[in-house]
Amino acid sequence: MNVFVCVKQIPDPNAPGKLDPQTKRLVREGVDLVLDPGDEHAVEAGLQLVEKDGGEVVIISMGPPRALEAIRRALAMGANRGILVSDPELENSDALSTARALAAAIKGQPFDLIICGTESTDGSSGAMPAQLAELLGLPLLSFAKKLEVSDGKATIDRQTDEGYDVVESPLPAVVTVTGGINEARYPALRGIMQAKNKDVKQLSLAEIKLEGQAGKAALTQEVVAVAPAEARKAGEVIEDKGEGAKRVADFLKELKVI
Amino acid sequence: MAGVWVYAETADGGPKPITLELLTKARALGEPTAIALGPGASKAAPALGEYGAKKVYAHQDPAFIELLASPAVDLLARLIEQEQPDLVLFGMTYEGRDVAARLSARLGTALIANATDVTKKDGGWAVVSPVFGGSLLVTTVPRAKPPTLVLIRPKAVTAGPAAGAGAPQVETLSDPVDSSKPAARVLRREKEKASGPRLEDAKVIVSGGRGLGAPENFKMLDELAAELDAAVGASRAVVDAGWKPYAFQIGQTGKTVKPSVYIALGISGAMQHTVGMKGARTIIAINKDPEAPIFKMADLGVVGDVHKIVPQLIQEVRSRKGK
Repeated sequence: MNVFVCVKQIPDPNAPGKLDPQTKRLVREGVDLVLDPGDEHAVEAGLQLVEKDGGEVVIISMGPPRALEAIRRALAMGANRGILVSDPELENSDALSTARALAAAIKGQPFDLIICGTESTDGSSGAMPAQLAELLGLPLLSFAKKLEVSDGKATIDRQTDEGYDVVESPLPAVVTVTGGINEARYPALRGIMQAKNKDVKQLSLAEIKLEGQAGKAALTQEVVAVAPAEARKAGEVIEDKGEGAKRVADFLKELKVI
Repeated sequence: MAGVWVYAETADGGPKPITLELLTKARALGEPTAIALGPGASKAAPALGEYGAKKVYAHQDPAFIELLASPAVDLLARLIEQEQPDLVLFGMTYEGRDVAARLSARLGTALIANATDVTKKDGGWAVVSPVFGGSLLVTTVPRAKPPTLVLIRPKAVTAGPAAGAGAPQVETLSDPVDSSKPAARVLRREKEKASGPRLEDAKVIVSGGRGLGAPENFKMLDELAAELDAAVGASRAVVDAGWKPYAFQIGQTGKTVKPSVYIALGISGAMQHTVGMKGARTIIAINKDPEAPIFKMADLGVVGDVHKIVPQLIQEVRSRKGK
């Protein structure tokens, strides 16, 4: 059972995000960068499969050289090795370029499953995993809140508006997992120490034979304006001294809810 | 006139609400064509026409609902090559996201996600999407060959029937669906949602967050919701913790709701959540933390203990209803 897990390094989602008004890109300077918490669930899902059936978990990411830290975090959780696709030409890539870079880096290597989060916490377009599946010609099992693999097949509980669908596909396949699928483990000190010596290969666009087909040369879209959204105004805030419930009920009556 | 296509999701022989929202937007931008796939596609055509579709491509093969995304992508890619539309609108739904993203990779076109508006700009398109929980709006323009694919968030557009709409021209397709490729197949469907109005349709929503302390405390929300004919929702923290199924989740990664009244109980108001509910006409919040961001957007905020106030509120509501 060989699993690739796609991860992204993002600005700490607990700190409010900022866009540079000039470049219209995320401000990464002076902001803590972390492994996307959504991706931790993908790493965990991969580790659980390999712990059961053997094999290896390979962490793959596209980003600047410092994205190595996010890969190391996943390695500290227990993954075996890492691949970072990094190239100045890939700065400001859109999802399709990211998918092309990851597909080119993965192609030709043996694997059973590629696991991703459903979307990044910062960009949240959620397009990359389906694009990756399309480029590799693989089925996509999306929005999994449960994942099982046996007899050359992957089966998921796929979230729907009403509940979930049970969906199955042959391997290899791409799976996206939701935050509800598992509780991601916290790296142990031993894991953190071991991660330092684990192999992380860094690949340029030339090395994956993708020059001119991803990144700056292949942008499909451009952000041309950023503006603050109209904010809702705060209304009345009261402190409950025993009258809170009554006040809410009065308001509901005023609104004709009761 | 610009060719604007709508990927028309249907259910039970009729268009889903998101489809009518997309058509309402599409007819402001050009001449809408709807693509409806799966059993019931043809039956949905008149309703699609009412909301502005001039033409409907319908394909009734059950494979479109049994296999995820791939058959729809194959068919759309063929139709797009043949008809060369300028813009294709999808709903930011489970189905829409998978189909649009695969299609963008197949065609090498721009896919702009999370959109709340599309306008014409310099002979092309400008797409507005909220970022950082809706505190900022970014405008994105495509830089790739057409068509531009746009995923529009549910409830971003208010659906309305087209004035003077006629019956659409319906073209029934019967291309064989390629089932030789490895595909993700739906084995069965499970419904989890309990009784009461659907979150998407409810006039009143009672929603709970981590501040409720424990899953069993949702019982009082159910009770309050029953008194107010409200639907029950939840924040992502609660769903991630397994207290409530995902079908209850409101926010960036959950549902977008626009009720008349939204009652947030023990919800701090993280951007992840507020992007899904800030369209509510009136917001009422109860939270013990006076610094909770939810109070910056609530019309009425009560700083206090939900465990004490909610049971009192249920009593107050009952007494006002003369129970």
